[in-house]
Amino acid sequence: MCALLSATPAAAQTIAITGGTVALGDGSEPIPGGTVVIRDGRVVAAGNVPAPGGAEVIDATGKWVTPGLVAGFSRLGLLDVDAVDAANDVTSEGPFSAALDIAPAVNPNAQPVAINRADGVTRAVVAPAVGKSIFAGQGALIDTGADLDPVTRPRLFQFVELGEQGAEEAGGSRAAAHVLLRNALREASELGRFGSPVASGGQEQRPGVPENPTDPKLLTPQAQRSQDVLLTRFDAAALVPVLRGRQLLMVHAERATDILQVLALRREFPNLKLVIVGADEGWTVAERLAASSVPVIASALSDLPGGFESLAATQSNIGRMRAAGVNVAIGTINDDDSRMAFRGRHYAGNLVGLGKVPGATGLSWGEALAMVTSRPAEAVGLGGEIGSLRPGRRGDVVVWSGDPLENTSAAELILIDGVRQPLATRQTKLRDRYRDLKQDVLPQAYRR
Amino acid sequence: MRRQAIGAAALAAALLTGCATGGEKAKPLRINQDPFPSTYQRYPGAATLIRGVTILDGEGGRIEGGEIVLADGKVQAVGTGLAAPSGAVVIDGAGKYVTAGIIDVHSHLGDYPSPSVEAHQDGNEATGPARPEVWAEHSVWPQDPGFSRALTNGGVTALQILPGSANLFGGRSVTVKNVPARTVQGMKFPGAPYGLKMACGENPKRVYGSKGTMPATRMGNIAVTRQTWTNAQKYKRKWDAYEEDGGEMPDRDLAMDTLRGVLAGDILVHNHCYRADEMAVMIDLSKEAGYKIGTFHHAVESYKVADLLAREGICSAMWADWYGFKMEAYDAVRENVPLVHQAGACAIVHSDDPNGIQRLNQEAAKALAAGRRMGLNIAEETAWTWLSANPAKALGIFEQTGSLKPGKNADVVLWNGNPFSNYSRPERVWIDGALMYDANNPRLRPVSDFELGQPGEGDVK
Repeated sequence: MCALLSATPAAAQTIAITGGTVALGDGSEPIPGGTVVIRDGRVVAAGNVPAPGGAEVIDATGKWVTPGLVAGFSRLGLLDVDAVDAANDVTSEGPFSAALDIAPAVNPNAQPVAINRADGVTRAVVAPAVGKSIFAGQGALIDTGADLDPVTRPRLFQFVELGEQGAEEAGGSRAAAHVLLRNALREASELGRFGSPVASGGQEQRPGVPENPTDPKLLTPQAQRSQDVLLTRFDAAALVPVLRGRQLLMVHAERATDILQVLALRREFPNLKLVIVGADEGWTVAERLAASSVPVIASALSDLPGGFESLAATQSNIGRMRAAGVNVAIGTINDDDSRMAFRGRHYAGNLVGLGKVPGATGLSWGEALAMVTSRPAEAVGLGGEIGSLRPGRRGDVVVWSGDPLENTSAAELILIDGVRQPLATRQTKLRDRYRDLKQDVLPQAYRR
Repeated sequence: MRRQAIGAAALAAALLTGCATGGEKAKPLRINQDPFPSTYQRYPGAATLIRGVTILDGEGGRIEGGEIVLADGKVQAVGTGLAAPSGAVVIDGAGKYVTAGIIDVHSHLGDYPSPSVEAHQDGNEATGPARPEVWAEHSVWPQDPGFSRALTNGGVTALQILPGSANLFGGRSVTVKNVPARTVQGMKFPGAPYGLKMACGENPKRVYGSKGTMPATRMGNIAVTRQTWTNAQKYKRKWDAYEEDGGEMPDRDLAMDTLRGVLAGDILVHNHCYRADEMAVMIDLSKEAGYKIGTFHHAVESYKVADLLAREGICSAMWADWYGFKMEAYDAVRENVPLVHQAGACAIVHSDDPNGIQRLNQEAAKALAAGRRMGLNIAEETAWTWLSANPAKALGIFEQTGSLKPGKNADVVLWNGNPFSNYSRPERVWIDGALMYDANNPRLRPVSDFELGQPGEGDVK
């Protein structure tokens, strides 16, 4: 975030949101009559704390205050309209795969960004989708602010398909997908020998974020490669940080055995920093997921055997994984993930309701909110940066008309990095234009 | 509405007789209008009284602390202070809600079932833009696991299964009870009229334009649609004359049979149409052709012409918040449903989705909340008409179901809290008075053949 909205400069300023029911987003239960203090775009205190003198006070009495929602897995910002190819950058059929970096494609002016922002989504994990390889390329964390600087963390992770879709991309078999993966990591390993050594002891790079997406040394003629390579040089070079554990490897897998195969990768490649997305059958291997400490970004309400990889799907999946100690968050892979991230809070609310169904496993309210705030942030290694109202986090705050996990509540004030955001969208403008259909002195086209 | 049926053998014999008698005109024969009749029979149910419960009757009524009596498959009584019939099961409804069962007017359960594999893609006969001869019921797989989710999570007691929207004329729909059966006939809603699926806009022109055939444009859509109706009118005249006067039986055309049924008012029109301007064109087209549009489905822009829709008596089946997946969905607004309702037009919340059908109550809640935020103060009991009475009317089954009036089918959901909340779920669901789901009884949770012996069999879903 760099541009400030003219009317509401917030940086270098203290804001105190007082009197509301404050939910920190860290799994704890909400605090009635709490205060949230933001200074210079960061949270400095939240809970039963005093409002500092001189702060701009926003009265939230009767409202709920939470961290901005984090879309745990999305394609937000990558398109305007799904079915308009020219306005859709989710997938590439071009020559590159792992080297693709989605950051330059993110368009903060796309309507889905504004519509999700207005519904309280302030950050999104954004992944490309696979084209002609099991590797989709490098995803980012973005904010949804009304400015032209959307990317919070570029090249946060590499996204790979290792379930039914991965098998299809690899030529029709999971066996092929696994060989492709291992070969790609072998090529990266070979090429990596020419690159810069991993920083040790000295200047630490931020975890999971290679400063140099593609080490230039790997692209020179001196960086010799074997004759029998499949990947382009750029793609192989892009996997070097993955192999070294400097960039997350986010893997889509739904079937129980696919999940276990992903966990097994670390025996061969011990530095991999894995995240699993989807995991419809995760509850059936919850103990092993928990033991691995690999985070899971799961689909909350997936309960149909949509494919043979999801036969055991149930809405209790997240609750059961959580109860077993898995680091789990809510994401929306392949669930209108380019547009409908705002459903996350409804899904979380459903998991609270699920707890009342005999035989089902749901979540406490505080845990449910965490599933769409701090847990996805933690899954991608950024729990210290976003996703909760604990001190030091970015000043992403939403004031809601009521309980944010209820479908009847709406966002009434949104801060991103402490900057107040607009709530109007094309949708609200269309609504206002057509709320009265009576003929006026001029056509509707003159109303705005 | 249903004409008397005759068997095929009798028909053939009669035709021969007709040819042999020469000068004297043969008497007209009636075509069997119901060759795949419903074999559904209600399951036994215990007489039941739910007491002390909040009742949303589905047609706008609300009773706090009320009672409802179900027996013999029917709603017997609704009110306050009602006594239990002797031997009745008595359920304490304190803190809970009873509603009319939810009816989804737009589903592809069964014709696009789970698992969503290529072998199951049975919803679009995309081999020609006008395929009114196909019937969705011939694609419906009764073992789709999605039916059970719609029952247990969604409280859906009846639904219309439609062909897809690749074609201008997609074929006949079928309305079913959400009761598991071995055959589709075993699910068919007795007495429900057929529907005809039609489509406007992007899908038909994309599907056929990409094949280099007509229609490739919206004007092509309209031209093919009008020409097809012109053909249907001619067919109808021929058959009407035959049925009046007898003589030689005209050739039978299954496609034209369906359209003749629409022109006769026996088959209801369900028109997939997103954009307001296209709805207006379809309304004029329907008048030219001589039929009435029952419902616009996916009516994303109804709010722009809600006055027109109210005047014409056309229902709009809508999502709460879907938008932007294609150009014709770009102008969606969250207030579409309440704006249509407020204009005095018939509003329906529909799913078109095996997940959405599990949460239609929550979709209605979102729409209701959006309306209230803009100042449209619609009551919860009124909003429930979007889920029960209005879809029942759109499907032509409101005499039998769609509200909790004495004498109607006991299609009833007991919710464990306010059904407009994300925190509430169906606790029990009755269809024709039979308890088909009970959250407290794992034996009352249907498991499709497909899921039997698979991971997660019989799990809560």
